[in-house]
Amino acid sequence: MKYLLLMYVAETIAPKFTPEENHALAKDWGAYMKEAGAAGVLLDNNGLTPAADATTVRVRNDKTVTTDGPFAETHEQLAGYSILDCKDLDEAISWAARVPTAKYGAVEIRPLFIY
Amino acid sequence: MTAAAQIETTFREEHGRILAALISRLGDFTLAEDALQDALVNALERWKVDGVPHNPGAWLMTVARRRAIDRLRRLAVQERQAIDVDAVDPVDTQDEPEMDNSFPDDRLKLMFTCCHPALALEAQVALTLHTIGGLSTQEVARAFLVSEPTMAQRLARARSKIRDAGIPYRVPPAELLPERLEALLTVVYLIFNEGYAASSGDTLTRRELCTEAIRLGRVLVALLPAAQSAEARGLLALMLLHDSRREARLDAAGEIVLLDQQDRARWDQVKIREGVALLDEALALDDPGPYQVQAAISALHATAPTPADTDWPQIAALYASLARMTPSVVVEVNRAVAVAMARGPQAGLQRLQRLADQAGDYYPFHAACADLLRRTNQREAAAQEYERALALCSNAAERTYLQRRLAEMRDYN
Repeated sequence: MKYLLLMYVAETIAPKFTPEENHALAKDWGAYMKEAGAAGVLLDNNGLTPAADATTVRVRNDKTVTTDGPFAETHEQLAGYSILDCKDLDEAISWAARVPTAKYGAVEIRPLFIY
Repeated sequence: MTAAAQIETTFREEHGRILAALISRLGDFTLAEDALQDALVNALERWKVDGVPHNPGAWLMTVARRRAIDRLRRLAVQERQAIDVDAVDPVDTQDEPEMDNSFPDDRLKLMFTCCHPALALEAQVALTLHTIGGLSTQEVARAFLVSEPTMAQRLARARSKIRDAGIPYRVPPAELLPERLEALLTVVYLIFNEGYAASSGDTLTRRELCTEAIRLGRVLVALLPAAQSAEARGLLALMLLHDSRREARLDAAGEIVLLDQQDRARWDQVKIREGVALLDEALALDDPGPYQVQAAISALHATAPTPADTDWPQIAALYASLARMTPSVVVEVNRAVAVAMARGPQAGLQRLQRLADQAGDYYPFHAACADLLRRTNQREAAAQEYERALALCSNAAERTYLQRRLAEMRDYN
């Protein structure tokens, strides 16, 4: 089954990291990508620029309404995602637990809809 | 027994086992439940006419499998697809089917799936009662005081999530087993407590929850590998020991009778003996845990011939280990009460005072303070604590007790 892992973190946290912490985080990301890649489950993975860069679009009465900012203003913002191909939810949970930001943020697991 | 009564009994006894085996074979929760439902309708019609078969469980299993194939065929016709009938292990279509008496007991898989942490706790509880316990949607709804449509929706959502999110149908592998088993035991104990705490309203319906939780505990103890079963045995022992006091803990007016005032002749000695034996088995496995400690505490109460014979120093020591395993205000309040019994109310009050900051809105804390203040003859302080407890307590039977004590304190002032 394919799962989307949505990684949420409070954007106030990262700027406070020391260079050492940033280095450790980069290393953890490298390890996650390498392990998930080697296990053959990683289909896609990307980080996102800050939520301040987000643009939200709605079409109402055939008119495109564009607003600045993310869809929902929440304390924790979407910061990155992975798409994994796993045997079952338990396997997806085990990878989500290895996402480096899970230690201070949250990872939401969403199964991809199968058409 | 009438056919209707026997099918009811068979259904309750065999439901979990048949369903678990069906899901294993079909790989589809909803299809298995629907097929079993079809088989039950069949059974009710046939058994009324032909009598109940020799082995009703095997009859239901065989017919349910056949109905599952019927359903898959209909679905395949609708979708114009071929189905792999071999996958569901076809049975021949002769009228009196060859009974499959040897289907494996897969109830552990079903329990672990129903209690998967990705499901909401209330859904875990409802699914477990419905699938393993064979309680109808209406019965589960009544036990948890929600409407039947609400419960039906809760069950349907949980089933969809099991399918759509890919929750596995299996006994978790070794590295996941301890945490998943803990979650499973939590659900069973929650079902028990839901029934045990009930003191008014649908008491009878909710009492069945205790019986049901004990049944689930027995299934677990029977099916878990012995080496991993210490806490399951501890939990089953704990539930049996609590349940042994069922008849003695409420008086005719429905008021709670405290442990030291209960008529010990009304305690169920069969349950006590079984509970103590299970606890001994658990302790022999040398894998301690909080359920075993709680069962040990309960066993010390259950085996004391009179309240005065209770081994309070040992109980206080057990609460100390419980506090190390699962630190909480609840445990600390109970520990303080045990210390008060072992070393006098003053020692208990001292322990309680240290909890005041964390336990302010926990009514048993105030009730415990009040009782110890009453026993040291500090009537006004006791009255104030009874009032605080009353302001926080919503359980009718507990409230009656607290009000009576409050009146005693104020009457003599």
